[in-house]
Amino acid sequence: MSDTNTISIDNPILDVDKIRSDFPLLSKEIGGKPLIYLDNGATTHKPKQVIERVRKFDSDEYGTVRRGSYRLCEHSTQLYEEARQKVADFLGAPTRQEIVFTSGTTQSINLVAHSFGRKFVNSGDEVIISNIEHHANTVPWQVLCDEKGATLKVIPVADNGELVMEEYDKLLTNKTRIVAVNHVSNALGTINPVNEITRKAHAVGAKVLIDGAQSTPHMKVDVQGINCDFYTFSGHKMYAPSGIGGMFGKMEVMETMSPYVTGGDMIMQVTLEKTTYAKPPARFEAGTPPISQVIGLGAAIDYLNAIGMDKIFEYEKSLLDYGTRLLNDIDGLRIIGNAKEKAAILSIYLEAAHPHDIITMLDQDGIALRGGHHCAQPTMIRFGVPATARASMAFYNKFSEIDALADSLRKIIKFFS
Amino acid sequence: MSYDNELYQQVILDHNRKPRNFHEMENSTSSCHGINPLCGDDITIYLKLDEAERVIQDISFTGSGCAISKASTSLMTQYLKGKKIDESRLIFDEFHKMVLGDFDPEKEEHHLGKLTLFMGIREYPSRTKCASLAWHTMVGALDKKSEGVSTE
Repeated sequence: MSDTNTISIDNPILDVDKIRSDFPLLSKEIGGKPLIYLDNGATTHKPKQVIERVRKFDSDEYGTVRRGSYRLCEHSTQLYEEARQKVADFLGAPTRQEIVFTSGTTQSINLVAHSFGRKFVNSGDEVIISNIEHHANTVPWQVLCDEKGATLKVIPVADNGELVMEEYDKLLTNKTRIVAVNHVSNALGTINPVNEITRKAHAVGAKVLIDGAQSTPHMKVDVQGINCDFYTFSGHKMYAPSGIGGMFGKMEVMETMSPYVTGGDMIMQVTLEKTTYAKPPARFEAGTPPISQVIGLGAAIDYLNAIGMDKIFEYEKSLLDYGTRLLNDIDGLRIIGNAKEKAAILSIYLEAAHPHDIITMLDQDGIALRGGHHCAQPTMIRFGVPATARASMAFYNKFSEIDALADSLRKIIKFFS
Repeated sequence: MSYDNELYQQVILDHNRKPRNFHEMENSTSSCHGINPLCGDDITIYLKLDEAERVIQDISFTGSGCAISKASTSLMTQYLKGKKIDESRLIFDEFHKMVLGDFDPEKEEHHLGKLTLFMGIREYPSRTKCASLAWHTMVGALDKKSEGVSTE
C-alpha cells in the first residue's frame, strides 16, 4: 500500500469524465445497470477516434497495400507504413522496419518460437520462461522444446508475485538460447525487471523475448532501453481493433530467421524451382494484412499519445493503490500478487465464493470481471487457487467504480457465508 | 439482499456449503475424472456398480469447483444412488437437454425429480457446463472411460 499516493478522488491526474465520453460502450447499461468494465486485461473498448478512423478509411480510402501502383493502393500503403512508424515510435524502436504486424501477441510469440526457435534451438539447449506466464508464452516453448529435445526451465515466483531473480541467475547457462518472459503478468499484475533479465540473458549469449501484451496499453515502453531482441503486443488490449498486433524484432536477429507463414508478399523472387525471401518485416507478413485494423491501431496510438503514457500509468497506479486499500479491508478476501512494482490488476480470491459464482453475481450488478485461470494455469497452481476473479483497470475507470466493486464483493461474501 | 434469482436457490447454496457424498470411495468399481478446461472445475466421480442387477449401489465424489458445479454434483449423487443404470443414463439425457434449454420439464414428462431446480441455468449459457460436468463425468464412469472426460 502506498503512503506516498497524493492523488485524491477530487483531484485526478486525468479528466476521466471527458475521456469516458470518447468511449461509446462505456455509457451502455447491462440489465438496466450502468456498465462497470473491469476486464481490460482481456480486451479494451475503443474510443470513437479509433472507430471513426476505421469507418472513414473503409468508406473513403480503402485499398490494398504494397500490391498496386494506382492511387488508392498507394494511399493505403502510405497510411499502413505510417501506422508502422507510429508503432515503432510508441515502442521506442530504432526503425519502422523492425516492426512486424501480426494478429497479436499469440501469433508473434509463435512466430519467434518457429522462425527463431526451430532454427537456433537444438537438442540439449535450454529455453527459460517464468512461472507467471500466459499460456501464449508457455505452450509455444513447450512444443519447441519437446520437438527439439531441449529443456524448458522456469523462473520461480515468490509469494508476493515477484520473480525470484537469484534463481534466474542459476538457471542461465551457456546452453540457454532464449529467455521469454512477460513485462507485466496478466494474472497478478507484477511488473518484471525486464532490463535486468535481458542484460543477464545476453551475458550468456541468449536472445530475449518480452511479452508486452499487458504493458503496452498501460505504461511507456522503450525496447532500446530494455535492449530485448523481441517485444510482442496485441492491439485489442490497447484500445485498437481486434485481429491486429505485432512485435518489435531487432533487424540483425530477424535477418537470420526463416519465414513463419509463407505465400505472397514475403518473397524477393519466386520461380518454380526456388524462392528467395524478402527482408524483414515483409518476410513475416505473408498475405494481405488486416489493413483497416492497422489504420485503427495507428489511431489508437495517437489517442494514447494525446493523453500521455506517463499520465496513464500514474492515474492507473492511483486506481490500483485505492483498490488495494479498499479490498484489503474486506474480511475473507485475499489479493493474489502483491509485488512492489505492479500494474493495475487485482487478482481476487474469496474464501466464501468460487470465482465463477463471483463473476455471475457481479454481472448482475453490471460489473464485468474475468473469472478463471486467466490462461495462466501454472500461476494458479503455484498460488494454490483454482482460479481468481480479476479486476484489470484502465484509464477510463473511475474511483467510484472500484467502490461499487468493493460493495458488491461484500454483498457476495454475505450471500455465500 | 439481491441475487434472489433462479440460479442461486437455497438448496444450491446449502449443497455448496455442505456437499453430500463428498468423499473418495475405497471399494469403487469404477471412477472417472472430469474437467472443465475453460474454468478449471475438476471433479472425480466414484461408482460402485452392481453389474448383475444393473444398479448404482453407491456413488460419491471429490474435487473443486464453483457453487453450481458442486451443488449439481452433490444433488446428482443423492438422486442416482440406488437407481438403475439405464434410468441414470435417461436422467442424464433429460438433465443435459434441460440445462441447454432443449427440454422443458414443465411441459414434458420427465424423470428429474427435484433436479428441475437447475432449470434456471438455461438463462446463463456460460454456466451450463458447470451444472453438466458432474453428469458427463458420471456417464464416463459408467462407460469406464479411463482417460477421463472434458466439457470441451
